[in-house]
Amino acid sequence: MARKLAPIILALAVMGAVAGVAAIMLVLLGQDWEDALFWILAAVMLGSGLLVVTMRDIIRCGLAMIVCFGALAGIYVILGAPLIAAAQVIVYIGAISVLILFAIMLTQTKAAPSRLVFQTQAVPAAISAGVIAIVLALTVGATDWGEVPERIRLATNALSQVLFTDFVLAFEIVSVLLLAAVVGGVFLAKREPGGPS
Amino acid sequence: MSDSLDAYLILAGILFAIGSFGFLARRNAISMLMSIELMLNAVNLVIVAFGAFIPELGAQGSVIALMVIAVAAAEATVGLAIVIAIFRNKKTPLVDEYDAMSQ
Repeated sequence: MARKLAPIILALAVMGAVAGVAAIMLVLLGQDWEDALFWILAAVMLGSGLLVVTMRDIIRCGLAMIVCFGALAGIYVILGAPLIAAAQVIVYIGAISVLILFAIMLTQTKAAPSRLVFQTQAVPAAISAGVIAIVLALTVGATDWGEVPERIRLATNALSQVLFTDFVLAFEIVSVLLLAAVVGGVFLAKREPGGPS
Repeated sequence: MSDSLDAYLILAGILFAIGSFGFLARRNAISMLMSIELMLNAVNLVIVAFGAFIPELGAQGSVIALMVIAVAAAEATVGLAIVIAIFRNKKTPLVDEYDAMSQ
């Protein structure tokens, strides 16, 4: 029982820590609501991301992944990119999550979740992931990106103007790539007549 | 905090690290694909954040993010189809039992 609950408690602890930081910032430092919303969405995103990689039951991992993508869509809205947020909701939450949930239901056997979840290299993997996070944070802190101190809100009109003039070739290539991926997916997953059932 | 580029970049870095841990540590093939999706989302967040804070990029950051979302959808389709095809032959979703090439 304790082993089952451990990942959930870990993720809740992370979410609680970040939400507590947000509450302290709001109350003591007088930050505005946008910052608090950013912290809450970041907490939900990181907490559910941890649940995705640590929970035993893979269906629950898939559901936590949907929560993670939803929180990320909220962060896109805070960043001033509503069209990207809409595409995130439609493509990731709508399409990819359903695809992954169907694949889980097609491939899981009864014996799979009762056995080990992690490979034997789980501890080195955790250490290296922590090192990656620390190195990335140090790099971000040490670099001057030349950014402006406030967000640039982009009108959807301007975005579609650029998408269908400067990037129209890339747009068409992506549409052909999607068609090829759909055909390839159907061909790979198709049951062959006379083959293994 | 929501007006500084560094906060978004560090957030994306932590999400990328979580995804890389999941990819290295999980035994289930579909869990590994979900971890790849997490890493792709982290990279997408970086692109959108740069587009929102650096004025020289204009609308290009958002356009590139849309392209990345479309390519990620294609990747998920083919990857899951491959996992289903392997499962049909090997009857297991665990990647450490896919050892046909080591025999």
